[in-house]
Amino acid sequence: MEAVQNIENKKINANEIQGINKQTFAQKLSGYKRQPLSLFLLILVCLSALLTVGVLLFLIGYILVNGIPNIKPELFEWEYNTDNVSMLPSMINTLYMTGLTLLMAVPVGIFSAIYMVEYAKRGSKLVKVVRTTTETLQGIPSIVYGLFGYLMFVIGCHWGYTLMAGAITLAIMVLPVIMRTTEEALLSVPDSYREGSFGLGAGRLRTVFVIVLPSAMPGIFSGIILAIGRIVGETAALIFTAGTVATAATGVMDSTRTLAVHMYCLLSEGLYMKQAYATAVVLLVMVLVINAVSGMIAKKFTKK
Amino acid sequence: MKKSHVSEGVMHAVFLVSACVSILAVALICIFIFANGVPAIMKISPIKFLTGTNWKPLEDQFGIFPMIVGSIYVTAGGVLVGVPIGILCAVFMAKFCPHRLYKILKPAIELLAGIPSIVYGFFGLVVIVPTMRSLFGGSGKNIITASVMLGIMILPTIIGVAESSIRAVPDSYYEGALGLGATHERAVFFAVLPAAKSGILAGVILGIGRVIGETMAVVMVAGNQATMPHSPLEGVRTLTSNIVLEMGYASGLHKEALIGTAVVLFVFILIINLSFSAIKGKGRD
Repeated sequence: MEAVQNIENKKINANEIQGINKQTFAQKLSGYKRQPLSLFLLILVCLSALLTVGVLLFLIGYILVNGIPNIKPELFEWEYNTDNVSMLPSMINTLYMTGLTLLMAVPVGIFSAIYMVEYAKRGSKLVKVVRTTTETLQGIPSIVYGLFGYLMFVIGCHWGYTLMAGAITLAIMVLPVIMRTTEEALLSVPDSYREGSFGLGAGRLRTVFVIVLPSAMPGIFSGIILAIGRIVGETAALIFTAGTVATAATGVMDSTRTLAVHMYCLLSEGLYMKQAYATAVVLLVMVLVINAVSGMIAKKFTKK
Repeated sequence: MKKSHVSEGVMHAVFLVSACVSILAVALICIFIFANGVPAIMKISPIKFLTGTNWKPLEDQFGIFPMIVGSIYVTAGGVLVGVPIGILCAVFMAKFCPHRLYKILKPAIELLAGIPSIVYGFFGLVVIVPTMRSLFGGSGKNIITASVMLGIMILPTIIGVAESSIRAVPDSYYEGALGLGATHERAVFFAVLPAAKSGILAGVILGIGRVIGETMAVVMVAGNQATMPHSPLEGVRTLTSNIVLEMGYASGLHKEALIGTAVVLFVFILIINLSFSAIKGKGRD
C-alpha cells in the first residue's frame, strides 16, 4: 500500500526505486564487466562532464592567478593616459551604458510582455508576429547589431560615436531577454490572483500593476540581471556605435568605451598584455558577481 | 469612473505600442542592413562578390568566398568539438548526476554562458594559441584553435537545450527499457536519447547560430588571413571578423562591401533561425 502511494508521488518515486534496487559496489562492478558498452558509455558521460567543469575552472583559475598580480593602483586612476592605461573611466562608462540601456529596455520589455500575456487575445496574429520577431532578434549576431547602430544612429542620425547610439543598440539587443523572462514570470502567476482582483472590483490596469506585477517581480529581476550581464560583456555591438574614447563620459552624446571594449583595444594594440590580464579579472569578477546576485534573488524569492 | 476608463485606454495603447517595438526593431535592422548592403553587392556583381576568392580592397577586388568558407569551416569545427561533449554532459546532468552535485553543476554551466566573449577570446589567445603553436608549429592561430575555442563557447547553449529535452522524455521510456533488462546506460542512450532527438537538434542549430555570429573570440584566435585555407592548420577569416577588422578605417565601396558581408551573414542567420523554429514546431506536435 505504501509503495503505491510512493509511486503516485513522482519525486519520491525515483529514490524509492533506487532504494529497492540497491546494489553493492562489487555487484555493480561485475555488472559492468558483463556489459562493457555500458561501462564505456558511463565513462564517456562522466569524462565529458568533468571536461566541461574542468575547462570552466581552468579558465577562471588561469585568469585570476595570472591577472590578480597585475592589478595595480595606477589602473584605477581617474584620468586615462597611455602611461597608466587606467580602466576606471571605462568602468564608469560601463555603469552609464548599463543604466541608460536598462532605462530604455526595461519599461519597453516589461510593457510588451504585459501586452502579450495580459491583454492580447488568445491566438492573436500580433502575438505570433511579435514572438517571431523576438526570436529573430535573439538570433541576430552582435556585430550585425553594431553595424545597424552604426548605419542608423552614427551615420543616419549624424550623432557620431555616442553613448546614446550604443545604448539604443544594446537596448534592442537585450529587449528579447527581458521580454521572454517577464512573460514567463507573468505566466507563472496563478489566474486565481487575477480572478480575485477582478472579483473585488479592480480594473484590468490595477490588477496588472497591483496584483500581477509584484508577484512576478523575482522572475523579472532575474531577466534584468541577465540583461546586465550581456551589456557588461558586449563588445562587437559597441565598437562602431559608442566608439573607443577612453575617458569618462560627461553626457549621453559623448563617445565612450566600456570595459569590454577597453579590453579589446588593449588586446588589439598588443602592447598592454599585463593590463589586459587585469581587465579580464575585473570583467570576470563582475560577471561572477552578477551571476551570484541573480542566483541569490531567485533563491530568496522562491523560498517565500 | 471615467478617469479610470481613460487611463485604462491609454495604458492599453502604451502596452500595444511597446509590443510593436520589437517588430519595428527587426524591420529597421533589415531595412538598414539590406538597403546599405544590397546595392554594394549589385555594384560589385553578386557572383563576383559571393564566389570571388580575392579580397583586396585597395585594388577594388571584393570576393568574400574565403570568408564564407572560413565561417563554414570554423562553425563545423566548433560543432564537431562542442556538440558531442555538450550532449554527453547534458546526459550526465539529466540522468547520472547526484542531486547534490547537480546543485553545483547547473550554476557552473550557467556561468560558462555568462562569460563575455572577449574574455573567451583572451583566454584563447593566451592559452590555446600557445598550446597549438607548440603542438603544430606556425603561429598557432588556425582553424583548429578557433574550433576548440568556439566548441567551448557553445557548450552551455547545447547543454541547456539538450538537458531540458532529455528531461522532457516521459519516464515510461526509461522504465520500459529497464524492464526489458537494459542497464541504466543502455536505457538512457538507446531509449531516452533517441526520443529527445528533435530537441537536441534544435539545440545544435541554436549553437550553430551562436558560432557563426561570434566575433570577438574568433578575431583573437583565427589568424584572420583573407585567403582560401588549404589545411586546418591555416588561419582563416570569418564573415564576422572581416567586418570588425576593417570597418574602422574603410570608406566608399570598401565600406559598402563590408556591409554586404553583413548581409550575407544576416541571410545565413535568418536561414538558421527559420530551421530552428521549424524543428521546434515539429517537436511540439
